[in-house]
Amino acid sequence: MIRKTLAGLFGLVWATSASADWAVNMPQGVTELSAETYDLHMMAFWVCTAIGILVFGVMIIALFKHRKSVGHTPAKFSHSTAAEIGWTAIPVLILIVMAVPAAETMIKIEDTRNPDVSIVVTGYQWKWHYKYQDQDLAFYSTLARPSLEARQLGSAIDPFAVDNYLLDVDNPLVVPVGAKVRILLTSNDVLHAWWIPELAIKKDAIPGIINEVWFRAEQVGTYRGQCAELCGKDHGYMPVVVEVVEADDFENWVAAQGGSVEALASTQ
Amino acid sequence: MTTAVADTHAAHDDHGPAKGIGRWLFTTNHKDIGTMYLIFSLTMFFIGGTMALIIRSELAQPGLQFVHPEFFNSMTTMHALIMVFGAVMPAFVGLANWMLPLQIGAPDMALPRMNNWSFWILPVAFGILLSTLLMPGGGPASGWTMYPPLVLQTGDAFPFLIFSVHLMGISSIMGAINIIVTIINMRTPDMSLIRMPMFVWTWLITAYLLLAVMPVLAGAVTMLLTDQFFGTSFFLAAGGGDPVMFQHIFWFFGHPEVYIMILPAFGVVSEILPTFSRKPLFGHDSMVYATASIAFLSFIVWAHHMFTVGMPLSGQMFFMFATMLIAVPTGVKVFNWVSTMWRGAMTFETPMLFALAFVFLFTIGGFSGLMLAIVPADVQYHDSYFVVAHFHYVLVPGSVFALMAAAYYWLPKWTGHMYNERAGKLHFWLSTIFVNLTFFPMHFLGLAGMPRRIPDYSTQFADFNLIASIGAIGFGMSQLVFLYVLLTCKKGAPATAEVWDNPKGLEWTVPSPAPYHTFDVPPPVDRTVAFPKDND
Amino acid sequence: MASHAHDKYYVPHGSPWPIVGSIGLLILMVGVSTWLNGADIGFYVMMAGVLTIIGMVTGWFGTVIGENQSGMFNAQVDKSFRMGMFWFIFSEVMFFAAFFGALFYARNMSIPWLGGESNNFFTNALLWTGWESTWPTNGPAGVGGEFEKMGPFGLPLINTALLLTSSVTITIAHHALLAGHRGILKTFLAMTFILGFIFVFLQGEEYIEAYQHMNLKLTTGIYGSTFFMLTGFHGMHVTLGAIMLLVIWLRVMKGHFTADKHFAFEAVAWYWHFVDVVWVGLYVFVYWM
Ligand code: HEA
Ligand code: HEA
Ligand code: CUA
Ligand SMILES: [Cu+2]
Repeated sequence: MIRKTLAGLFGLVWATSASADWAVNMPQGVTELSAETYDLHMMAFWVCTAIGILVFGVMIIALFKHRKSVGHTPAKFSHSTAAEIGWTAIPVLILIVMAVPAAETMIKIEDTRNPDVSIVVTGYQWKWHYKYQDQDLAFYSTLARPSLEARQLGSAIDPFAVDNYLLDVDNPLVVPVGAKVRILLTSNDVLHAWWIPELAIKKDAIPGIINEVWFRAEQVGTYRGQCAELCGKDHGYMPVVVEVVEADDFENWVAAQGGSVEALASTQ
Repeated sequence: MTTAVADTHAAHDDHGPAKGIGRWLFTTNHKDIGTMYLIFSLTMFFIGGTMALIIRSELAQPGLQFVHPEFFNSMTTMHALIMVFGAVMPAFVGLANWMLPLQIGAPDMALPRMNNWSFWILPVAFGILLSTLLMPGGGPASGWTMYPPLVLQTGDAFPFLIFSVHLMGISSIMGAINIIVTIINMRTPDMSLIRMPMFVWTWLITAYLLLAVMPVLAGAVTMLLTDQFFGTSFFLAAGGGDPVMFQHIFWFFGHPEVYIMILPAFGVVSEILPTFSRKPLFGHDSMVYATASIAFLSFIVWAHHMFTVGMPLSGQMFFMFATMLIAVPTGVKVFNWVSTMWRGAMTFETPMLFALAFVFLFTIGGFSGLMLAIVPADVQYHDSYFVVAHFHYVLVPGSVFALMAAAYYWLPKWTGHMYNERAGKLHFWLSTIFVNLTFFPMHFLGLAGMPRRIPDYSTQFADFNLIASIGAIGFGMSQLVFLYVLLTCKKGAPATAEVWDNPKGLEWTVPSPAPYHTFDVPPPVDRTVAFPKDND
Repeated sequence: MASHAHDKYYVPHGSPWPIVGSIGLLILMVGVSTWLNGADIGFYVMMAGVLTIIGMVTGWFGTVIGENQSGMFNAQVDKSFRMGMFWFIFSEVMFFAAFFGALFYARNMSIPWLGGESNNFFTNALLWTGWESTWPTNGPAGVGGEFEKMGPFGLPLINTALLLTSSVTITIAHHALLAGHRGILKTFLAMTFILGFIFVFLQGEEYIEAYQHMNLKLTTGIYGSTFFMLTGFHGMHVTLGAIMLLVIWLRVMKGHFTADKHFAFEAVAWYWHFVDVVWVGLYVFVYWM
């Protein structure tokens, strides 16, 4: 019965999903680590699905065959040491199989050495500050105007009419494609978290502490995310936007912003 | 026995409840106190649920429609605090009060006056907490996790928040002490520890969890208080502290806390499945060991809530492995339940239906928990709606469904009347459909990148949010059916002492409704009737 | 008393004290909160709450003592009380564990990290440039200014001696109670609470010294925070314990307690040992190491 309900639910979800560009799964992203993360996620998902089918399957058979109304008389057994050892040991093995690749990815995630570009990101209530360590360049990044106007209580502006509603900023972070970018993350007031799903990065920005993360985006494009740690009333309104551009475009951009391109050349 | 004792009994014990409001204010009777706990928690469930409906209404569409962001955040915060500390925990304590003495053949709880006090602290605590909504600066809006430095920006509500948490802690600690002492000291002499029914076992272990972690929460919020008002630097890096330290202390409490909300639920389900399968609980002893292992592991996994704070790699590894291990004893429980049903003779009364839905849906919630334990994946899931989906699956069709199952299971024992079975079934089916409609889409939202604790979201999340909101309203309204069942229960047919088809346990040996005083002397026990374990 | 504990359990009649206690807590908490929020009236409300609670405790315990003296409790009730007390003390231990945990975390994690260890090279390099981790410390920003460390000798050492002695005296008193030597019981019990009060007094002296001469305050960064919160909460527990000892002593003077029935005495003794053990932990980890 319950499975039918669930199946019906899925049906409903799927049927309506045809009409919109809904994402129902984690993005595979544009870095090596985001792809690995996606694989880990799918592996865990399929393991759980398989175990689920097994457990629920047995249960559903019992629900149909071993009911009183079909005249089933209850058995008397109440334990089986062999079975219990089995279903303790097998899950342990499954878990080990899951943990090993996860650990491998974790080690890579922590390896922030030798970056090509290094950026200090500071969270503020409620905006981000970006400072390129070697390019002599720094600026704030806040929610873009159209979203800002539409988001007010009773604004009467339809969010659907705003491009990238709540996911757009005035000054995005710009980084070169293929370069190892290191983010040094901290905060000026309360906790924030810097999250871009497609780069598989989420890290807390903590006042007084610097956290390190890194990514190497393999595709040019604009990647959007949001602050992911409750930081007060406008927590929902401090998006993160990263523009990944060709190396030349990056240099031009740095120059146009008044940064120092020499420093850039030396780090690359 | 001295005459003084006998006299006291004659004077106080052998007549029924006192008259008027004094009965409830001064009572030392475990059944009265249990009833008060249950009614209180149902009230809180409705209040916390109403807040959830405010959240879901605001989130039904993108854009701000009804509330300001700050108020939204305080709704999220209050919703969680009320549901966790006001609804689910007191409901289980209420069940413990009613059922533990009946299940172990005790005349009452071991420390009846303290029992009264642990209840009556709760209305005070939640009165204070709810009143903060009216204070300058609004209610607490930092999430139920109360992370500094944000929580220090709370307005006048701040000290009230802290002290109401203290009061909840005091109440829980006294409740836990009472439960431990009752179970250890008040069992009828025939009942050895290992032979205790599963509900008693799970509560015993839960009570130890409570004793171990509620004081730690009290310590954590005390540090918040002194950081705010007395200039200490616990959570201030400039002074040598660390905001993350709060998270460690909080989750040292917080993770065992979630098992505090699920272990008694496991106990309830382990009582109900055998009854309606007409077959003894499979692996009673291994259930006990599994529960104990879960409790033990719950103390060494807390930092899985903090995989994005920048812990050293070794820490992340340890907490990932330890967390994943919890799937093993929990799996033992699930497999044992399935084996209990296997080759039974099942019938599907309302309590059984809720228990069955529990097994299915809790397991789904457990699976998402396991996924969350995988650190790189959690980097993506963390603080997204995937987490919200996970914990509502374990909490709503988990803890809350187990509570519903327990209510239907024992209601005839409490009131002496059978509830309306048709209404009960209706309640079940509506709840089950809507609970999935509410929380299943949240998995998709989280994976697609929607953060939690936001009042407004990007348009790509609109459709699933709408579905979730419709589900939430449906689920909320379904609970009115439950209210109907409760209110009409008195009209039902009189219940027999056994109520169900040959259920096991001492509570079924007393009449329905259970007399005001039961087991004045320890019951002589026919083991094959009373003890589930001896029934094979 | 009852030969087999289980024949009939004493279930007490209803009592007004719990609800009085709840009202007292309400007044107390509302009072403290409004006071902390800056309203002076809050202080008086708080005091009213304190008085209500003191009244409640006196009344409640009075009732129980009365019942006990009239022999209403059998061995099972006695055991319930003992277990209740034991697990209450356990919860207190966990409360202190939170603060000891904070101390360990600060010393072994946050301080070294602020100094650049583990994965926090940049924390030190960019935010706290040049700061080296030490202990004791008031943090990289020197919160609270220059201060002196509270050493393990002098008053703290005397206090350790006092508390350890008091643990011995209460044990002697206990043995005297068991052996029926009321005189020794009275003397050593009195010595115990007197030692307790002297401890509290010296602790006060130590605080005055810290505040006036060492610039060591609650606001002295993480060192001041952990030092005063740990010793402060401990001091509050000693005060409470000493008061309880005093009450027990008064009851002894009134002829309460027998060799086989003295739950309250033992409860207070356990509490006292607990306070003592916490102190040893404090002495080692706060003053010494
Ligand atoms: C009743 C409450 C409850 C329960 C029982 C659980 C159970 C579990 N939880 Fe959950 N959790 C919460 C309540 C609960 N949780 C809450 C409230 C939060 C969020 C708090 C907040 O941030 O506000 C949270 C958050 C949370 C996180 C942090 C997410 C984040 O913020 O990033 C993690 C990470 O590891 C996690 C993991 C787990 C695991 C591994 C279990 C396991 O115990 C589950 C074990 C069960 C199973 C796995 C299913 C049955 C097993 C089998 C059928 C055996 C075979 C299976 C395998 C071998 C796979 N939980
Ligand atoms: C046991 C705990 C518990 C329970 C039972 C629930 C129940 C529900 N929760 Fe809750 N929830 C939490 C614990 C719980 N939650 C926690 C810990 C958080 C995290 C908070 C944080 O981030 O800090 C959270 C957060 C949370 C969020 C995320 C908010 C955010 O991130 O901003 C949402 C959003 O949909 C939500 C929804 C719901 C819904 C729809 C229910 C429904 O199941 C509720 C159903 C009940 C009702 C609807 C009441 C029914 C009655 C009526 C309607 C009758 C009418 C009224 C009267 C007669 C007065 N919850
Ligand atoms: Cu910044 Cu949330
Ligand atoms: Cu957890």
